[in-house]
Amino acid sequence: NAMILHGADAELLERDQALDMVPAIDAGNSRFPVYGGLLQRRAGNARHDAVAWGYARGADMRGVDIIQNCEVTGITRDGSGRAIGVETSRGAIKAGKIGLAVAGHTSHVAAMADLRLPIESHKLQAFVTEGIKPVIDTVVTFGHGHFYISQSDKGGLVFGANLDGYNSYAQRGNLPTIEATVEAAMHLMPSLARLRLLRHWAGVMDMSMDGSPFICRTPVEGLYLNAGWCYGGFKATPASGWCFAHTIARDEPHAYNAYYTLDRFARGYAVDTKGAGPQPNYH
Amino acid sequence: MRLSCPICGERPLEEFNYRGDATVRRPVSADLSAAAEWHDYVYLRDNPRGAHTEHWRHGGGCGAWLEVERDTLTHEVFAVRLAKAGKGAAR
Repeated sequence: NAMILHGADAELLERDQALDMVPAIDAGNSRFPVYGGLLQRRAGNARHDAVAWGYARGADMRGVDIIQNCEVTGITRDGSGRAIGVETSRGAIKAGKIGLAVAGHTSHVAAMADLRLPIESHKLQAFVTEGIKPVIDTVVTFGHGHFYISQSDKGGLVFGANLDGYNSYAQRGNLPTIEATVEAAMHLMPSLARLRLLRHWAGVMDMSMDGSPFICRTPVEGLYLNAGWCYGGFKATPASGWCFAHTIARDEPHAYNAYYTLDRFARGYAVDTKGAGPQPNYH
Repeated sequence: MRLSCPICGERPLEEFNYRGDATVRRPVSADLSAAAEWHDYVYLRDNPRGAHTEHWRHGGGCGAWLEVERDTLTHEVFAVRLAKAGKGAAR
């Protein structure tokens, strides 16, 4: 209902309809039986590298300088506290306005402007199997273990589940989570049991205190924030970028991101869609 | 990454539940005048890339609350002590 009210399609599927769409699902799973499904028929996949390169080329064509291998080491402030530039591993860059969008390292960089944020960095492990013939033609998510799985066009199955659950910037995960993730996969699709894992890594997630992002100004003049996307940032990229650009250009949020401010907790307007409270590892 | 419970010894990681930063201070006052303090305690975190002092609970074991000093980049565990004997303990 919430999705439909916001203009996204959402169809409830009967058990047989769900199982027909994804034959790989074990219909006889009695530990976590499938009773039905929720389908967003209009949705699709995007290849993450292609999206990143597409935006990079587009920005470059419009005169944006993209400087790689250049680490921000400080945020320069003037006498009034306004952010007026950054220090980097390759020199200083002055700026009229600075937009901060560094995902899992948001707290780390924001601290350079003396900001403490409602964010904890956690890691989410991801797994890719060896390539096989097409077996799944959609993205399947499963309540048990917060599990998701899809198949890439190279044939590998891409899947993952819950966060490890503790603050980490390590970009690698620990074994209990691997076991729990693979267990969820086996409950749902035991036919995948013989597949070999080819790739495995962990990303640093900027988990916010209510599971919702920040696209806003900060208490530091001239510094704008786009962060707190937890593990769901990629699919929001076009919209979040658009709202961020609006916020930076106009120095105020668009209606779409009006709720996503740093001060929402103090004002009693947390956007806690999971209802889990101010515990980042629960979101 | 291994945690060594002071009571139970070294136990598998899945026996432990993570709470978070142990250095935040719960405000003493329940007054509205302490609202900003409460906000900072509940919502704001240092979230460092490096040494971190945090609370875990040995939920799958003895149930004790622990204070752990751990590096969030390397996962090296420097110390594990009972929370009530730790830096984050109530004054």
